[in-house]
Amino acid sequence: MKSKFSFLSLAGALALAAGPAFAEGIEAGARQSTDWTAIIIFAAFVVLTLGITYWAAQRTKTAKDFYAAGGGITGFQNGLAIAGDYMSAASFLGITALVYTFGYYGLIYSIGFLVGWPFIMFLMAEPLRNLGRFTFADVASYRLSATPTRAMAATCTLVIVAFYLIAQMVGAGQLIELLFGLPYTWAVIVVGVLMIIYVTFGGMIATTWVQIIKAGLLLGGSTLMALLVLAQFGFDFNALIAKAIELHSKHEAILSPGPQVANPINAFSLGMALMFGTAGLPHILMRFFTVGNAKEARKSVFWATTFIGYFYILTFIIGFGAIVLVGTNPIYHEAGDIAKALLGGGNMPAIHLAHAVGGDLMKGFIAAVAFATILAVVSGLTLSGASAVSHDLYASVFRHGNVDEATEVRVSKATTLVLGVVAVILGIVFQTINVAFMVGLAFAVAASSVFPVVLISMLWKGLTTRGAVIGGLVGLFSALILTIVSPSIWEAVFHMPKGSSLFPYVSPALFTMPLAFISIWLFSITDGSERAKGEKLAFEAQFVRSQTGIGAEGAASH
Amino acid sequence: MDDSTISRIQNDPNYKALVSERTSFGWIMTIITLVLYYGYIAIVAFSPATIAHKVAGNVTIGLILGVGLILGSILLTGIYVLRANSRYDQLTQAIAQAVSGGRK
Repeated sequence: MKSKFSFLSLAGALALAAGPAFAEGIEAGARQSTDWTAIIIFAAFVVLTLGITYWAAQRTKTAKDFYAAGGGITGFQNGLAIAGDYMSAASFLGITALVYTFGYYGLIYSIGFLVGWPFIMFLMAEPLRNLGRFTFADVASYRLSATPTRAMAATCTLVIVAFYLIAQMVGAGQLIELLFGLPYTWAVIVVGVLMIIYVTFGGMIATTWVQIIKAGLLLGGSTLMALLVLAQFGFDFNALIAKAIELHSKHEAILSPGPQVANPINAFSLGMALMFGTAGLPHILMRFFTVGNAKEARKSVFWATTFIGYFYILTFIIGFGAIVLVGTNPIYHEAGDIAKALLGGGNMPAIHLAHAVGGDLMKGFIAAVAFATILAVVSGLTLSGASAVSHDLYASVFRHGNVDEATEVRVSKATTLVLGVVAVILGIVFQTINVAFMVGLAFAVAASSVFPVVLISMLWKGLTTRGAVIGGLVGLFSALILTIVSPSIWEAVFHMPKGSSLFPYVSPALFTMPLAFISIWLFSITDGSERAKGEKLAFEAQFVRSQTGIGAEGAASH
Repeated sequence: MDDSTISRIQNDPNYKALVSERTSFGWIMTIITLVLYYGYIAIVAFSPATIAHKVAGNVTIGLILGVGLILGSILLTGIYVLRANSRYDQLTQAIAQAVSGGRK
C-alpha cells in the first residue's frame, strides 16, 4: 500500500500549508458515470426545500423576518441549523479523508473546530443576542459611530464570505461533477440558481429550514454509516482500530498526531484559527439573532455543540472504517489496483465507504446529502453577505438610516441576486485554481478581525470607534497579507520555489490576533476626541442591556 | 431605557449579583476550556508519543483525550445552560420586574 496514496504528497502539502483549508478543499478527479440514485434523492430534496421556500415566503413580510426569521426559531432548531452551517460537505468529506489518510491527525482538526463553541457560550452568546438585531455590526456599532464601524464590519464580512463562497462553489462543481456525472459548469449554475431562490424568496426562514433538514439528513446518514461499519466488527471498536493498523500503510503511526503539527508554533496557530475563527464567522454570528431571547441563544449553543461533537466522533469511525473497507478493496481504486489513487480523488473515502457498507442506494443517498449540504451552506453565506450590503452599507453608511424596511429588504434581495451571479462566475473562473487555502483564509480573517472587535465591544468600556475600526482593519489586512506570503498561497498557488515563503506557518492567527487586540487597545486609549468620551459613557447602558436583555429585540409576535 | 432606569438597574442588588456571578462563572469556564484545549495541543506538539501510547488494547491516550475533549465541551456547555436557566434567569426576571414595577 505504499504508493497507493498518490495524492498523499499533495494532501499533505495542503494540510500543512493551508491549515483548515484542506478539510474544505475538494480535489478534482475523473468524472463518474451518471448516478441516477443520487440524482433522484437530490431531486426529492430540492422539491421539499422549494416547498419550504414557498411556505417561508408567505411568512416573510418584515425586515426582521427576512434577516432573522422573525426571531421565532427555537434554541433546538437553531442549534441544528448552526451545526448544519458547520458540517459542510467538505468538512464531512474532508475530515473523513484526513482520518483515512493520516489517522489521528483528523481528530485534532475536529477538536479545534469544536472547542470554539464552549467559548462562544461562556462569553458571547447571550450579550450577542441581547445587543444585536440582524448582523454582528449591530453589536459592534451599538455605541460607536455607525458609519465607520459598519463600513469596516461589512468589509470584513464580504472578504470572509467571498473566500468561503468561492471555495464552496468550486468544491460544489467538482464534487457534483464527480458524484452525479453532471458537467462542472452546470453543477455550479444549479447551485447558484437554487441558492438565489431560497434566499430571495424565503430569506432567513427558508435558509434556516433548509439547513435544519440537511443537518438531520447528514447526521442520520453518518450515524447509519458508522453503525454499519461497527457492525462489521461486532461493535468492537478495538477490533476496528487493530484492523486499521494492520492494513494502513503507516500502520502504528496512524495513532500519532502526524508530522504536520510537529512544530509547536504551527500547532498553536492552527488551534487558535480553528477555535476563534468560529467565533468570528458572520454567517454563524447571524444565527444568534434568529432566536427569541438570550435563553434560546444559550440552548442553541448547547445543541450545536452536542450535534457537532457527535458528528465528529462519527467521522472518526467512518474514517477508520474507510481505511479497512475502502483502502483494501480494488474496486474503489484506479485500474482496480489498491496501490493506486482512489477513484474520484482524495476526498472520496466517505462516498466509497457508503457504497462498501450499503451498496448503490447508500452511496446515492450520501452523495445527495453532500450536494444538499453545499447548497445549504452557500445559502447561509450569501444571506450573510447580502445583509452586510443592505443593512450595514446601504441603510447605515450610504443612507444614514433614512430608509424604510421594505427598501432595505429589496436591496438585500437584489444583492443576493448579484452575489449569486458573481459566485457562479467566480466558481467557473476558479475552476482550475487550487482554492483549498480560501477557507483557511476565511477562518484566519474571522479570528483576527470580526472576533476581536465583537468581543471587545461587548466587554471593554474603553473601546472607541477609532480603536474598533483601525484594530479590525489591522487584523483583516495582516491576516490577508500573511496568508498570501505563506506556503499555502505563495508556493501552492503562485508556484514560487519551495521554502521561499516569507511567512512559514500554517496559520497567521497566533500573530495577527494579538496584533488586532493590541491595535484596538492602543488606538482606543489614545483617542481623546469628544466622540470617544461619549462612547465610553454609553458603555454602561449597553452593558445593562447586554446582561439583562431589557430593551432587546424580542421574538416577532406573529 | 433612560438614564434613571439604568442607574436604578445598576443599583439593584439582583443586578450586581447577576453581573458578578455570570462574569466570574463565564471566565472560570472559559479558562477551564482554554487550559484543557491548549493543554491537549501542548501534548500534541511537545509529546506526540504520549498521544500514541496505548492504555487498553488499541485505545490510546490520544483517543481518550480527543473523545474526552469532545464530550467535555458538550458537558461544559450543558453545565452553563443548567446554571443560567435556573440562577441567571431568576435574577434577570427579578430585575425586569423591578424596572416595570417602578414605572407604575
